[in-house]
Amino acid sequence: MSDHFEPVIVGFLCNWCSYRAADLAGTARIKYAPNLRPIRVMCSGRVDPQFVLQALRSGADGVLIAGCHPGECHYVNGNIKALRRFTLLRKTLEQWGIEQERVQLLWASASEGTVLAAAVNRMTEELRALGPLRWGEKVLGDNGAAHLVVEEV
Amino acid sequence: MTDQKKSPAEQEKVGVYICHCGSNIAGTINVEEVAQWAEKNPNVVVARNYEFMCSSTGQELIENDIKEKGLTRIVVASCSPHMHEKTFREATERGGLNPFLFEMANIREHGSWATNDKEAATSKAKALVNGAVERVVHHAPLEKIPVDINPNTLIVGGGIAGITAALELAEGGHHVYLVEREGTIGGRMAQIDKTFPTLDCSACILTPKMVDVGQNDNITLLTYSEVESVEGYIGNFNITVRKKARCVTEELCTSCGICEEKCPQKVIDENYGAGISYRKAIYRSFPQAVPGYPVLDKENCTYFQTGKCKVCEQVCPTEAIDYEQEDKVITFDVGNIILATGYDLFDARQIPQYGYGRLANVFSSLEFERMVNASGPTAGHIVLRDGVTEPESIAIVHCVGSRDQNHNEYCSKVCCMYSLKFAHLVHEHLPDAEVYNFYIDMRTPGKGYEEFYHRLLNEGTHFIRGRVAEITDADRHPGEEGKLIVQAENTLLGIQQRTPVDMVILSAGIEARHDAEDVSKLFKMGCDHDGFFNERHPKLAPVSTMTDGVFIAGACQGPKDIPDTVAQGGAAASQVAKLISQGTVLMEPVRASIREEECSGCRICNTLCPYNAIEFDEEKFVSRVITALCQGCGTCVAACPSGVIDGAHFTYTQVMAELKGVLWDVQSDVLTKQEVA
Repeated sequence: MSDHFEPVIVGFLCNWCSYRAADLAGTARIKYAPNLRPIRVMCSGRVDPQFVLQALRSGADGVLIAGCHPGECHYVNGNIKALRRFTLLRKTLEQWGIEQERVQLLWASASEGTVLAAAVNRMTEELRALGPLRWGEKVLGDNGAAHLVVEEV
Repeated sequence: MTDQKKSPAEQEKVGVYICHCGSNIAGTINVEEVAQWAEKNPNVVVARNYEFMCSSTGQELIENDIKEKGLTRIVVASCSPHMHEKTFREATERGGLNPFLFEMANIREHGSWATNDKEAATSKAKALVNGAVERVVHHAPLEKIPVDINPNTLIVGGGIAGITAALELAEGGHHVYLVEREGTIGGRMAQIDKTFPTLDCSACILTPKMVDVGQNDNITLLTYSEVESVEGYIGNFNITVRKKARCVTEELCTSCGICEEKCPQKVIDENYGAGISYRKAIYRSFPQAVPGYPVLDKENCTYFQTGKCKVCEQVCPTEAIDYEQEDKVITFDVGNIILATGYDLFDARQIPQYGYGRLANVFSSLEFERMVNASGPTAGHIVLRDGVTEPESIAIVHCVGSRDQNHNEYCSKVCCMYSLKFAHLVHEHLPDAEVYNFYIDMRTPGKGYEEFYHRLLNEGTHFIRGRVAEITDADRHPGEEGKLIVQAENTLLGIQQRTPVDMVILSAGIEARHDAEDVSKLFKMGCDHDGFFNERHPKLAPVSTMTDGVFIAGACQGPKDIPDTVAQGGAAASQVAKLISQGTVLMEPVRASIREEECSGCRICNTLCPYNAIEFDEEKFVSRVITALCQGCGTCVAACPSGVIDGAHFTYTQVMAELKGVLWDVQSDVLTKQEVA
């Protein structure tokens, strides 16, 4: 292994807009950082904050939540609920010393393959600059924060 | 929340199939390596790679392995599930397994096509395959939910798209509710004089269809009406329509037109008349209106404004005028909905340098369309704003508001052709007039369209290739005096050109309806950035939307000419007819359910549901999902503080397992709960 650090990003992509945006990026042969590992959810509103915590805890360096633009949600307003949870979650993460760039929320409609690809590129660059997350040190470290551990599957 | 079952490894036998997709996948991803690697997973019994998994031979591989090797779960790593999930679910089912015991890993769109880095693509493919394997062992067999289709259909918009769809369905024996905002059906086509390239009289080909709609017993025509609310889902929509008071009792009105004739109040007809003609306060937009009953425009009616007049009531021979009439709210059920709400014309005032609204003899295309129409205010004579002077020279400016970064980036598709039609009509009406068409590119794709352009080239039209910079009345020399000067760069000659003319026609582009976004919210489907309704697939599902049972037709989906609009109206009708003849549809069983015994009754989920699909049982003090209403978004699942809502096929366990699966290679430093303790 070289010293070069390649971040791993977990993407929670909504079935109707963002997953299709990633499909379109591929179909249009837009090349972007291969660091995203997409997981399909029906709606960004399905993204349980625990998913994000588990991803970070399981070795991801960042999490991208992507949904339809406000007003375009297939389920009326699930993306707004995602935004609400995201805002609160990011505050919590901030208090643990986890940088803002590590958890991002993106609106990408089904026709915005370029938007999604650009966001993945940008996030990959940001995380390369930040370096590995080291969840163990940051959150579990020596401050007795064991109660923050997400329940085991 | 935690799976209490035995370790899935002891129970499930997974078959993994890596598709080459020719070289689409195998050209970038080392498929052999991924397959060999996948086979090492303790759950995986067999991992194969094959050239085309979607071929019948590929599918048979799955079916045979299920039978011969006793597989209990299937993973196919190939293209997007939006492409072939259905194919492989069916193969899984033919092999004897429940189709939901299958999972797809998207290693083409999200993998091989997204990068040239072979090593990274192979590593990503492993992660995605592993995620699918870890997820699929937690899958549960599910049954699709059958839903009956109500055979009635709602069509919104009575333009040519809505008319076509309504007639197709009604003539096939199905009931249609056709809702139109204006007092008559007909839409934009009724305003147009001639249609390109055949130069058919627009009204002559439209009005027979309008009459058919009015006379068809299977069509409930609701004009001067708007849809207020839409509840439910495919097969079972409940619609509320507000039928605005037109102050005319339809049962009594004989459409004789005396009220209109005698009404003393003239009003500028901004809508149908494009602002260049008058109508009365009680009016029909045009004599062939369907239905023939007039509408009383309360805002401009002397009686409603001053309390005096009532001329229409006095002259009506059947006492059909009813000033007290109130809006009616009508509710009915339908199984499917077709939206054919049409378009708005670009408002040329947004380009001030073209002078529309400031320079009298700059006309919008719709104004000219009305003027040149034999039933228009000048009976078809082309005259300047003064109403008498015939212009000796006319400039027609293409791409007004279209192909313009400042306004609409897209091409409005119809303007080149209708501009050519205008040029032809000018030659026909004013043989001595000079006609200048200023165009960026001449776009005439369509049957007989290019031929029409050639015809115009021979009719003596001057074609100047260049976008118009300015239209002004500031003359520079006597030759320009009293004229409108069209300033444009002639890009073929490479010179700046000032063309003095008497009249300018701005060929305005097509825009989405100003309220398209509200309409899309009402029907719970999406708009694109330009406000046009989003189709389900741009190539393969052009009239379907992301919402099952809601279809779109015509220019509400994007700029289109009449033949394309009619084709879409027919296509939407046939989609609906298909569903009606099926009688039932099977819906994805992706639904939420609440484990009542563990529900604390906190009711957090109740208000979160956008479909009001969660009811509260006061007696048991628990929440309950109404399965028929649930659309499966999973918002409540994520929100339940007790974790007792299960989102079928996207359960907590399944998503968590997939998550850990895709992170297989970076998990080394993870501390488990036990380790921390």
